[in-house]
Amino acid sequence: MAPSLELIGVSKAFGAVQALRGVSLALHAGEIHALAGENGAGKSTVVRIIGGEHQPDEGEVRLDGEPVRFGGPRDAQHRGVAVIHQEPTRFPDLNVAENVFMGRQPLRKGRRVDRRAMYRRTAELFETLGVPLDPALPTRGLSIADQQIIEIAKALATEARIIVMDEPTAALSNVEAERLFRVARTLAANGAALLFISHRLEEMYSLCQRVTVLRDGSPVTSERMTDIDHDTLVRSMVGRSVEQLFPKRETKAGAEVLTVRGLTQPGVFRDVSFAVRQGEIVGLAGLVGSGRSEVARAIFGIDDRESGTVTVAGRVLPKSNPRAAIAAGLAMVPEDRREQGLILELPIDRNTSLAQLGAVSRWGLVRSGRERSVAAEWARRLGLRFGGLGDPAGTLSGGNQQKVVLGKWLATKPEVLIVDEPTRGIDIGAKVEVHALLSDLAASGMAVLMISSELPEVLGMADRVLVMHEGRIAAELSRTEANEEAVMRAATGSAA
Amino acid sequence: MTSLLRSRESGIVIALVAVVAVTAIVNPGFLSGQGVHDLFLNASIIALLAAGQCLLVITRNIDLSVGSVMGLTAYMSGQMFLGNQGMPMIVVILAGIVLGAVCGAINGALVAIAKVPALVVTLGTLYVFRGLDYAWASATGVQQVNAYQMSPSFLEFGSGSVLGVPNLTLIAVIVVAVIAYLLKNFRSGRELYAIGSNPDAARLAGIPTGRRVFTTFVISGGLVGLAGVLHAAYFGTINAAVGSGKELAVVAAVVVGGVAIFGGSGTVLGAALGALLLTTITSALPILGVPAFWQRAVDGAALLVAISLDRTVMVRLAARLQRERNRARA
Repeated sequence: MAPSLELIGVSKAFGAVQALRGVSLALHAGEIHALAGENGAGKSTVVRIIGGEHQPDEGEVRLDGEPVRFGGPRDAQHRGVAVIHQEPTRFPDLNVAENVFMGRQPLRKGRRVDRRAMYRRTAELFETLGVPLDPALPTRGLSIADQQIIEIAKALATEARIIVMDEPTAALSNVEAERLFRVARTLAANGAALLFISHRLEEMYSLCQRVTVLRDGSPVTSERMTDIDHDTLVRSMVGRSVEQLFPKRETKAGAEVLTVRGLTQPGVFRDVSFAVRQGEIVGLAGLVGSGRSEVARAIFGIDDRESGTVTVAGRVLPKSNPRAAIAAGLAMVPEDRREQGLILELPIDRNTSLAQLGAVSRWGLVRSGRERSVAAEWARRLGLRFGGLGDPAGTLSGGNQQKVVLGKWLATKPEVLIVDEPTRGIDIGAKVEVHALLSDLAASGMAVLMISSELPEVLGMADRVLVMHEGRIAAELSRTEANEEAVMRAATGSAA
Repeated sequence: MTSLLRSRESGIVIALVAVVAVTAIVNPGFLSGQGVHDLFLNASIIALLAAGQCLLVITRNIDLSVGSVMGLTAYMSGQMFLGNQGMPMIVVILAGIVLGAVCGAINGALVAIAKVPALVVTLGTLYVFRGLDYAWASATGVQQVNAYQMSPSFLEFGSGSVLGVPNLTLIAVIVVAVIAYLLKNFRSGRELYAIGSNPDAARLAGIPTGRRVFTTFVISGGLVGLAGVLHAAYFGTINAAVGSGKELAVVAAVVVGGVAIFGGSGTVLGAALGALLLTTITSALPILGVPAFWQRAVDGAALLVAISLDRTVMVRLAARLQRERNRARA
């Protein structure tokens, strides 16, 4: 039987950049196919070609053995292709059901939208997915996990035969990811062909039957998942072997620099107390929605808190005042680098200087020479791969964007660094670099508070692990006590 | 969401009732038949313009050329009667709608095909269309068309009424009702909200965003054309300056009516009520003894109050949703 969808010798260039070179890929009905590669390897371009957003320069796309040329996203959808995008593409002003069915609402007499059927079918979809989400809920303010579920419901609603999942698990907790895998397996069992992209290798092994690896736009290998071992897979992705994913250096903890006492915001978190010492990496674990990021945002002063104190190096921080937090030596790398960490349209150097414009200014005027030299210094120290410092930050790959965010905050010479999901959606090579950097920073005496949904990262990097559950700190585990089971037990609220 | 919008519209109604009550207490003559009649006539024309503008603002666009397009179509109606005083009314109305739609199509093509921001395009066409209007007046030497030169049936239609409801108001109510129904019940209507809420996501959802935006400009232009002709029929005296400055009053009405200026939310009923509220305030001011030159300032203040209220409600709502969600999860 011909593959449901096949790419044959596809090449694509954007201006001078050759994004894909002769990529071939066959998606078979009933099979989940992994697409692996570092960021910038061309995975997103493959996704866009399958989704009809781009047309290949060379080579062809075949649907059930027949060559096709998609006229656009809508054409691809009509032919049974659904793409679950990495960045959720929601309409914040519309409710859940409208988001799921936009452009393909069920109709009744007179081509009018059948709202009742739409709500009913949305509720059914969420039931299939095992998530209770009210179809009439406005989507403004939904968590990323919930947005991702809506994306999946969208794909289900089209009854697509070819489903592309572009890093669907990047923002999900283990429980949520497991739920997604169940859905993916069911879809495949019902005859859909799936293309699955993830940076988590364990996920590929547990979910996929085949893997195609891209490097610098070229296909490196295409194997059955059972025929390729972990190390070979990593080597083929990064083109070298990765000795250690978590290059953790042993450090001696010094004085307490960040002290949080009784932090409370009703309905969000309650009575959160902990301390971070110099040279220490403290992991903040917990399920999505347990209040981890909210605590970090309240410490930094982006969100309000009702009571509790935050002390940085002996100075008590005022509420809701990020400026004071920065002045006191606090820095925060936020969860969503595209929305909160960077101004994508601005050049790299301007992004780097944003948190400390005062330091690069004289008489209130920004000195662009100074700005550029600071940016150049951090680009060098962080091993940033870029064209020019004047390029918009949005043109960088995810891992390099994250380095710009880190550079921006490190340039403020902080004493305490809060990082929220530091390696979300970045490739293995860049992940190792970020981990090594965090480790070096701690070794040089910085106090690091690291929030992460990836347990291996927390376990591999943290000296101590705080586990949050329902807005409270449910457990504090030392590096020796912390293991996957203990963290999950605390995070899910099971008695220890 | 519906309950929020509903409360938004009821908010305008409450403001409206308050303005009317206060004014009527100061001067009961405000509620006389003639006063109310005039008020509704004036509001109807703005409401037609606001209905079209509302569609555009929902898609994250704007049309600043409405005043000029209205002036152009009103002037054309006058010219048509100068050519032939017996010109059938329906021909004049249709010609006005077509001319308005053509102007809308020019705006729409520049926005949707040439991808120039609507604010810039329509700022340009605001001057271009007005310029054409003046050029036409000076080329023909007709600075003003007076009532006696128009067809009597046309003028009767403009000031006439059915069962006490002015014809113009009937037309405005029908237009608003039809648009509200289309927006709520048809895919293309829902898609306008999607386009305004997140244009990139709308494109990925397979919505032909360019075509939708273009069509919206054409429809809005047609409504502006209709409003221009009705203006001619109601006032009976036309010059090339008709409709000057109307664009800001219309945008104000739309925003006061709860249509988010960055697109994605709002209703045409709200926009029409916004038009009614601003017109009522304008008529109430002289009765309340406020000098007429304060009128603009009061319009502006109403706009600012409406926007601040929206903002406050939005922030509160987001905070509440967040809390409920966290609680639901816990």
